[in-house]
Amino acid sequence: MIVNLQKFLQEEEVFWKELEARLDELEKAPELKMTLDEVKRFHYLYQRTSAGLAKITTFSAEPEIRRYLESLVARAYGEVQEERDHPHRFSPLNWFFVTFPQTFRRHSLALLLSLMIIFAGCLFGGAAISVDPQAKAILLPFSHLQDSPAKRVAEEESRKEDLLKHKKMRGTAFYMTHNIQVSIFMIAMGATYGIGTVLLLFYNGVMLGAVVLDYILAGQTTFLVAWLSPHGVIEIPAVLLAGQTGLVLAGALIGWGKRIPLRTRLRKISPDIVTMIFGIALMLTWAGFIEAFVSQYHEPVIPYAVKTGFAIVEFTVLVLFLGLAGMKGKNDEQR
Amino acid sequence: MMNSDKINRLLIKTPEGIIFSLILAGPVTRLLAWAVDIGCIAVATIILGLLLGFLKIISVDFSSAVTALVGFIISISYAITLEWYWRGQTLGKKLLRLRVMDVQGLRLQFSQIMIRNIMRFVDSLPAFYAVGGLACFFSRRAQRLGDFAANTIVVRTPEFADPDLSQLTAGKFNSLRAHPHLCARLRQLTTPQEAAVAVRALLRRNQLLPEARIELFAAIAVHFRNVTPFPEEVTYGITDEQYIRNVVDVLFS
Repeated sequence: MIVNLQKFLQEEEVFWKELEARLDELEKAPELKMTLDEVKRFHYLYQRTSAGLAKITTFSAEPEIRRYLESLVARAYGEVQEERDHPHRFSPLNWFFVTFPQTFRRHSLALLLSLMIIFAGCLFGGAAISVDPQAKAILLPFSHLQDSPAKRVAEEESRKEDLLKHKKMRGTAFYMTHNIQVSIFMIAMGATYGIGTVLLLFYNGVMLGAVVLDYILAGQTTFLVAWLSPHGVIEIPAVLLAGQTGLVLAGALIGWGKRIPLRTRLRKISPDIVTMIFGIALMLTWAGFIEAFVSQYHEPVIPYAVKTGFAIVEFTVLVLFLGLAGMKGKNDEQR
Repeated sequence: MMNSDKINRLLIKTPEGIIFSLILAGPVTRLLAWAVDIGCIAVATIILGLLLGFLKIISVDFSSAVTALVGFIISISYAITLEWYWRGQTLGKKLLRLRVMDVQGLRLQFSQIMIRNIMRFVDSLPAFYAVGGLACFFSRRAQRLGDFAANTIVVRTPEFADPDLSQLTAGKFNSLRAHPHLCARLRQLTTPQEAAVAVRALLRRNQLLPEARIELFAAIAVHFRNVTPFPEEVTYGITDEQYIRNVVDVLFS
């Protein structure tokens, strides 16, 4: 049987053109919101064009018209069938005080795992440096950490001129961008079923453990705490969160004990990953400022007690924020 | 519901039972689009670097920091922002007519765009997108790791010329209609495939060289004359092409 193609085309063309014009409008102005009547009309046009495609596919072998209709249906399909939640208005304050801490807490198991891996790395680094001090050259690829801690502390505390004068902003930009890149990389490595994330977490732990034990063994614990803690109390948790996020991604890929398909698992965690990335970026932005403006100054410029006290305040606020903020927020209830 | 065949197409079946296909973009086209995007990022960074040069009046340190941060933000957010605002397209993708889409044909979500773009850090390892390129090459849906994690695909959206429907319209007078019983027989004996050949020939007639056009319509006319012979008086004096237009008019109306 052959469809009455000529009549069919003449009747339907006007609807196809209308749908095409509507799709062009939507693609040119993504912020465009349709009224209820427009939505109804759009849905009608989509269904009519879909029906046209079905007829053309069934009754006629005309490929050009079929391809044209396919492209229209494909474009309209996404607009019509989308049923995932779309927040009407993004509220930065709600995101920061509710969504971010809730997302962090929702994946506490991944955080625990991240903490354990970095801790294992610290133990390994500390053990390596105490057993074989020569390993410092390999474990700590930073020139300023190669000398003996006592020598460095003496140099820093006796320095008269400000080495960071006219360089602090550049330093801030460097710390921020470098740390954010490393964190994003750690998250992205979750795509290797978590192997890359675990290795990076462990390596960061090794470096941290080696530095800490090197300074403790040299009797420079006060300097170490005052030097690392002002930015470290934010930066190290940010690295932990990055590891946590990478492990969440890996968990979705592996899907232990979950009966939902891989695609659904990934779809489910993707908003959480985005939230964590932005949260981590904010933390590292703050840490970058503190590292350039506070951490690199030692006694007598800034007393160690002040630096350590500042770090304690920062850490307390961070723990309270991540642990308690958004406890009564709506987002958790919705999930 | 989806299927993908060996040719780079993804078939999507809608809840209404309609099946449509999306043409998947291959690694080479995507690499070219990415090269264009890298060029755009470089140009944007250089221009903004020059524009921000005036900040040196305030402080060289501040100016350098802002330039470094702006460069970083552009490199990270270029693809995210454009793909979000242009619904899956960057400048490179627009130029090469590519579009990022949800793997089920749905509208892209911001989180999907974000994830596929941060995954570039892994896809670009160890150099020149080797991991992403290989993943794309071996993937059934031509997905790099970022696409896989974000549930996205990259499709080609070639520009389809509007079907020229006027080509199908027969002349005002159709001499074949003088014999309705023969018209009915013609409809009965013609297969959909034969009819499609006639329609396609008419739709593409202006794309043919004059000699090829005459030859093609002569061959088709001979075929249809054999399927259902009409008396000579109704076909006398009309060209083979006009004869086919009359045949199509009979078949499709």
